[in-house]
Amino acid sequence: MQRPAPPLTPRTESFWRSGEDGTLRIATCQACGWRLHPPRPVCPNCHARDISFEPVSGQGVIHSFTINRYQLSPSMQPPYVLAEVEMIEQKSLILLTNIVNCAVEDVRIGMPVSVTFDHVEDAWIPVFQP
Amino acid sequence: MIEQQAVISGTGISNVGRRLHQDPWSLTADAALAAIADAGLTPEHIDGLATYPGATGSTPGITGAGVEDVRAMLGLKTRWHTGGSELPGQLGSVINAILAVGSGLAEHVLCFRTVWESSAQDQLGGRSATLQSRAAREMNQWYEPYGAGYSTYGALSMQRYMHESGATRAQLGQIAVNARANAALNPLAVYKSPLSIEDYLDSRMISDPLCLYDCDVPVDGSVAFVISRADSKLIDRGRAITFEAIGSAAGLNACAAMMWSRTELKPSDVKLAELYDGFSILAVLWLEALGLVPKNKTGEFLQNGTRISRTGQLPLNTGGGQLSGGRLHGYGQLHQACLQLRGNGDTRQISPRPEVAVVSSGTTNFSSCLLLSRH
Repeated sequence: MQRPAPPLTPRTESFWRSGEDGTLRIATCQACGWRLHPPRPVCPNCHARDISFEPVSGQGVIHSFTINRYQLSPSMQPPYVLAEVEMIEQKSLILLTNIVNCAVEDVRIGMPVSVTFDHVEDAWIPVFQP
Repeated sequence: MIEQQAVISGTGISNVGRRLHQDPWSLTADAALAAIADAGLTPEHIDGLATYPGATGSTPGITGAGVEDVRAMLGLKTRWHTGGSELPGQLGSVINAILAVGSGLAEHVLCFRTVWESSAQDQLGGRSATLQSRAAREMNQWYEPYGAGYSTYGALSMQRYMHESGATRAQLGQIAVNARANAALNPLAVYKSPLSIEDYLDSRMISDPLCLYDCDVPVDGSVAFVISRADSKLIDRGRAITFEAIGSAAGLNACAAMMWSRTELKPSDVKLAELYDGFSILAVLWLEALGLVPKNKTGEFLQNGTRISRTGQLPLNTGGGQLSGGRLHGYGQLHQACLQLRGNGDTRQISPRPEVAVVSSGTTNFSSCLLLSRH
């Protein structure tokens, strides 16, 4: 399926391009280490302004998921799985994503998953697989 | 508390339906003039306007009239107005009116909410066509590459809730079944044909475990209220609805906690709940946030649907909610609460007439709740 590419803006470009070398990077506070997603210019934890993108393991656990059966996007053919994946590095660090390379009916809450990337235009879109 | 210095003096509602193809300004006028007359006032008395989401910055059908449209149409002379979408829920516009009245900026504020989504979708060729004209927003990049939509969020919430609580679809489906049973007695509701739990369980999946009947329905319609100073000599105080407390904090739990911190009343005093049900799971989350049901116990609470029926311990969404009544965006819930508190619920009036009701609107950090009484 062909995903719509996200617009690359100064605030988020580093996230969307991160997967070019196969590594997921998350905006991280350089003062307290808090990881924040989506990227923002201030740490909500300690209010430091020094935020930069740091690699994470790419490992996570499915927090919730749904099998979408409705044509929400003109270019994406249902059914497909949308999920919230909680990264192992930090509780509450949750990415909305797709689960790929897995039968839709086999997805479960608590399932360990790892990141892979779908390259669309200038973006490497993080998706997850068992 | 400032909210106790304001009351709902009048309520009004237009025709509500699918594909009415009626001018949304005309629908707004129907509701507004009815509310003003119900308050015992005339348009000359209205000196404030409040609405959600205002005339600009929304998709076709979501907003049927803005502040200036209504001021010009009704020839109002206002001292204060507000219209916008970044509010604590759709009923944040009513909270704005309460604040204006309580602070002395205005005496009688007309609040209104007009939707014409059903006709807009009909004219433009469906929901996706109306969404395509949405201005590009920062947040869109986080769901468009994944093919997510509004239903995704309802589905993810429902799946997680079922996982944590052990609730089943057969239990949660009672929200939709109950709404339909109440809608059958509401002349303005859009879906009145009987719906059984078997129908619910057999229905088409939109985004598992969210099925067709878990989703509210876009309609055309307008609802209006007049928010007046509680000490106004012009209104009939005996018919006015009192604001016992308001909650405007970001997040359902914080919102409810704020509301309860502003009153002596307790969740056990609530005899009617008119809760936001854009997806049925939202009503579940509101029930628990408001302390009406213990956390993760709503599945059991909903068993067989008896407790939330009109004759149960906590009647819920007595006009059919947004699931069967139509998406009037929180204003419909508030309208139904006023009818019930005043004893004007006709064949769906609950008995004894409730003294205290709670109303909620919105979800996530975009939420508000109102505790109402007829004292």
